[in-house]
Amino acid sequence: MSGDKLTQLKAQELACIKRDKLLFNDLALQVEPGEMLVVAGPNGVGKTSLLRILAGLSAPEDGAIFWNDVSIDNIDSTFRQDLIYIGHKLGFSINLTAIENLRFWMQQRGQVPSEQSIIEVLDELALVGMEDVLVRQMSAGQQRRVALARLWLTPAAIWILDEPLTALDKWGINLLQQKMISHVQAGGIIISTSHQHFAVDIPVRTLALEPNWL
Amino acid sequence: MTVFWSVFRRDWLLAFRQNAEFLQPVLFCLLVVTMFPLGIGPSPATLQKVGPGIIWVAALLSSLLALEKLFKQDFLDGSLEQLVLTPGSLPMLALAKVLVHWLVSTLPLLILSPVLALFLNLTWDMYWALLCTLVLGTPLMSLIGAIAVALTAGLNKGGTLLGLLLLPVYIPLLIFATSAVESASLGIPFTGQLAIIGAMLLFAIALTPYAVAYAIKVSQN
Repeated sequence: MSGDKLTQLKAQELACIKRDKLLFNDLALQVEPGEMLVVAGPNGVGKTSLLRILAGLSAPEDGAIFWNDVSIDNIDSTFRQDLIYIGHKLGFSINLTAIENLRFWMQQRGQVPSEQSIIEVLDELALVGMEDVLVRQMSAGQQRRVALARLWLTPAAIWILDEPLTALDKWGINLLQQKMISHVQAGGIIISTSHQHFAVDIPVRTLALEPNWL
Repeated sequence: MTVFWSVFRRDWLLAFRQNAEFLQPVLFCLLVVTMFPLGIGPSPATLQKVGPGIIWVAALLSSLLALEKLFKQDFLDGSLEQLVLTPGSLPMLALAKVLVHWLVSTLPLLILSPVLALFLNLTWDMYWALLCTLVLGTPLMSLIGAIAVALTAGLNKGGTLLGLLLLPVYIPLLIFATSAVESASLGIPFTGQLAIIGAMLLFAIALTPYAVAYAIKVSQN
C-alpha cells in the first residue's frame, strides 16, 4: 500500500462540458491519505463525469489532475498502478467466469495471481460455488460483487468507486463498508458517489455539485 | 509481452464461447461468392475473368462485417475502460486483439478459398496469386479497420459510418491485389504487387497499434 509514501490527489480548475452544457467549472479539490471524499448531487449533475476525469479516463475540458504533485498525463503507468476504478459498467466480460475475469485483470496489472488467492477472495464475498459459472448467469448483485472483488485482490492507494452500493444486499453493503473503513484507516484514499448513505465511522468529506442549469 | 499473451488467451477463449458467431463473416463470403455464378451465368470464361475481383470484394465486405464486433462487446461491458486504466501497454493489447480477430474470422476464409476458386473456375496460377494477396492483404485490412472500429465503438449506429470510412481506404489494396491475380492469369510475374502489399502490411503492423490505442482512449471520452 501507500506506506510512508506521500499519496495525494489534487485537481485544479477542472471544467467539464457534456452535450454543449457546462456541468462544472473552476472546480478544485484535494484528497489526502486516509481521507474519503463523497461526491454528492442530483442526477445528471456530473458526478460520474467528474469521477471519470479524476481516474484519467476522459479528458477535462480545462484544468489538470496531479498525483503526488505530478500531472497524471505524465505518470500514466504509476498512477494506474496505484488506482482501482470501478464504474457503472462491470468491466468484465460476461462470457467468462469470475476467476478468468479476475485473473485477466490481475495479469493486466502485471501480477500473476494464484488461483487459490482468487478463490479465497470469492469465498470472502460469499461467491462460493460460483467459481466456474459464467458472469452472465449470475444475478445482478453477484455480478457486482465480482466487480468489487478487485478491491480485495490487490492493494492500491486510491479507489474511485462510482455508486459502489448499487444492487448489493444488506450483507454486501456492510462488507464493502468495512473494507472501505479499513482501506481509509490504512492511509488509502477513496473517492466515491452514492445516493445511499455511507454508514462508515471515519471522517467523510462531501463535495456537493450544484446543478448548473443555464 | 505478458500483456500480449494474456489478451490473446482471453479473446481466443471468448471467440469460442460466443457460439461460433465468428463463422458468420465466412458464411457471408461463401454465400456472396456462390450467388455470382447463378447471377451472371455459368460461362467458365466469364467467371474466370471476374472471379478474383468477386472473391476480393466479398472478403472486403465480410471483413467489415466482422470488424464491427472487434471492440463492441468490450466497450459495452466496460472491459475496455478497465483495460485503458491498467498499466499495461495499450498498443500491445490492440495488436493482440487484432491478431485473434484475424485468426478466428479471416483464417477460415483462407482455408475455404480453394473451394471459392473452384466455383469461379480460377486456374492454378491465378489461385496461387489470389492466396498470396489474401494472406498479405487481409491482416492489413484488420489492422487499418481496427482504428476506425475503435473510434466508432462508442457510437450506436457505427456500422454504416464504418463502411464509409473504411472502404475508400481499402481501394488501393483491392487494386494491387486484383492486378496481381490478373498478372498471374497472363503468366507474368506478380511479385511487384505482392511487395507493395507486403510493404503496406509491415508499415501497418508497426504503426496501427499506436493509432488504435489512441482511438480507444478517445472513445472513452
